Amino acid sequence: MKWETVIGLEVHTQLATKSKIFSGSSTAFGAAPNTQASAVDIALPGVLPVLNKGAVECAIKFGLAIGANLNRINVFDRKNYFYPDLPKGYQISQLAKPIVEGGALKIVVDGAEKTVNLTRAHMEEDAGKSLHEDFHGMTGIDLNRAGTPLLEIVSEPEMRSSAEAVAYARALHTLVTWIGICDGNMQEGSFRVDANVSVRPVGQKEFGTRREIKNLNSFKFLQQAIDYEVRWQIETLEDGGRIEQATVLFDPDTGETRMMRSKEDAHDYRYFPDPDLLPVKLDEPWIEAVRAALPELPAAMQARFQNDYGVSVYDAAVLTGSRALADYFEAAAQACGQGKLAANWVMGELSAALNKAELDIAQSPVSATQLGTLIARIQDGTLSGKLAKQVFEGLWEGAGEVDAIIEARGLKQMSDSGELEKIVDEVLAANPKSVEEFRAGKEKAFNALVGQVMKASRGKANPAQVNELLKSKLQ
Amino acid sequence: MRQALSPDDVKRIARLARIETSDAEAQATQAQLNTIFDLIATMQAVDTRGIAPMAHAQEVYQRLRDDAVTETDRHAAFQAIAPAVENGLYLVPKVIE
Repeated sequence: MKWETVIGLEVHTQLATKSKIFSGSSTAFGAAPNTQASAVDIALPGVLPVLNKGAVECAIKFGLAIGANLNRINVFDRKNYFYPDLPKGYQISQLAKPIVEGGALKIVVDGAEKTVNLTRAHMEEDAGKSLHEDFHGMTGIDLNRAGTPLLEIVSEPEMRSSAEAVAYARALHTLVTWIGICDGNMQEGSFRVDANVSVRPVGQKEFGTRREIKNLNSFKFLQQAIDYEVRWQIETLEDGGRIEQATVLFDPDTGETRMMRSKEDAHDYRYFPDPDLLPVKLDEPWIEAVRAALPELPAAMQARFQNDYGVSVYDAAVLTGSRALADYFEAAAQACGQGKLAANWVMGELSAALNKAELDIAQSPVSATQLGTLIARIQDGTLSGKLAKQVFEGLWEGAGEVDAIIEARGLKQMSDSGELEKIVDEVLAANPKSVEEFRAGKEKAFNALVGQVMKASRGKANPAQVNELLKSKLQ
Repeated sequence: MRQALSPDDVKRIARLARIETSDAEAQATQAQLNTIFDLIATMQAVDTRGIAPMAHAQEVYQRLRDDAVTETDRHAAFQAIAPAVENGLYLVPKVIE
């Protein structure tokens, strides 16, 4: 039987505010335990939450960026459960009236575009951390994270493969960091993904029973966990088994998912509107001010890059992987006036060098202007592609500016045709066998001769010119 | 219209709130809760067609505070009244989900 995978994602993004969502405690990561947990965060009796304007503004930015409906009146609810990482006995969240509803995100998979619709995004508070190492048989609780503002972003179940799920998660990660509402640090838990996964026979309309994989903190784990889960579900069904609705955890060491709780153990959260918090009202001047301050968004930039610089859909998606990368590409493209060539260099030579050195684009030793100048020297015939790579190495080592490196290292492409002609004549005289073979119809022999000329010129000959000259000499 | 609460309902609600109840307490509570449900039934008899539901009893909106850190580290004072503390952590009975 042919199976179809159905995936929906819930992503918890920590909002990049200075203080917590309902208290004036710091949200900075890595402080000593409980030093950033105030009376509100540890739920002492009699305290009241006061909503952080910065957190609401982050949610507005996100809603505008995905073209969603912003609920002008939205409401906080209590989600009740007993767990010591939230000492109130409930989490403040939004259920019936979230701040953001709808919206969509464009993803690119295998060079093709697809739109993933979003269900909603709501504000809530993060929980503290439980440390289960042995404290004399007890659990240690650190409430520094309790009350950190989260935006939980829920997609429709519209993804059909792990590759699509990863592309969506990456696009979302790019967007939230792009608009500056989340630092995107996955190791520190700033961007955590839950994946709802089910399978159904191709052609069946109803969804299969889903299992939810919790708390994936890397794109690699997201892919591995979904692939394992899909295989497991298909095998279970083909062996005549049934899928029970459940929450599962992914173990990166074994690459497997295992059950955390079944539907029978599911919580009964008994949501109700939080009487400590009044409904939140978003007025138009505020929304318009936030809209006006938004940067150009990745999707708009992708379209513009395709239009203005003639790059492909795929290239445009890669180049807008982060704001820093997009800005770099655009500066380089403008410096040389060669969009396609600039894209090739940024995604090729530069990215490879950065990867190798484990550097971020912002730390690139070669500036966008330098790369643009280098490309301009290829375009005006001063450099061949091969020579340009040597100049690039010089730039990377900090040997100075493009023209100075060309001059100092004698990397200028040979432009004197008399000089080149002399080399060609010498090569022809020294390789009578290749000449003979070429005349006998062996094309390969011609390439050997081109190679010899390039070698004799120490790479400085213009390959197109060499071709032309050799052809005319051999006729 | 309304279904009276059964003793099992009462036990379940108590469990959700982590309250231990004896059978006698459950019975007494059942009677009290049913009185509250009678009150709710009376309110539900009011015709509210055409009236938008409200999330709060007053038609006022949440005041917002500016995003600024205003709290200082007071964990020593808070932990002085905690039953068990170690390395700055609050210790609680083991919880493993």
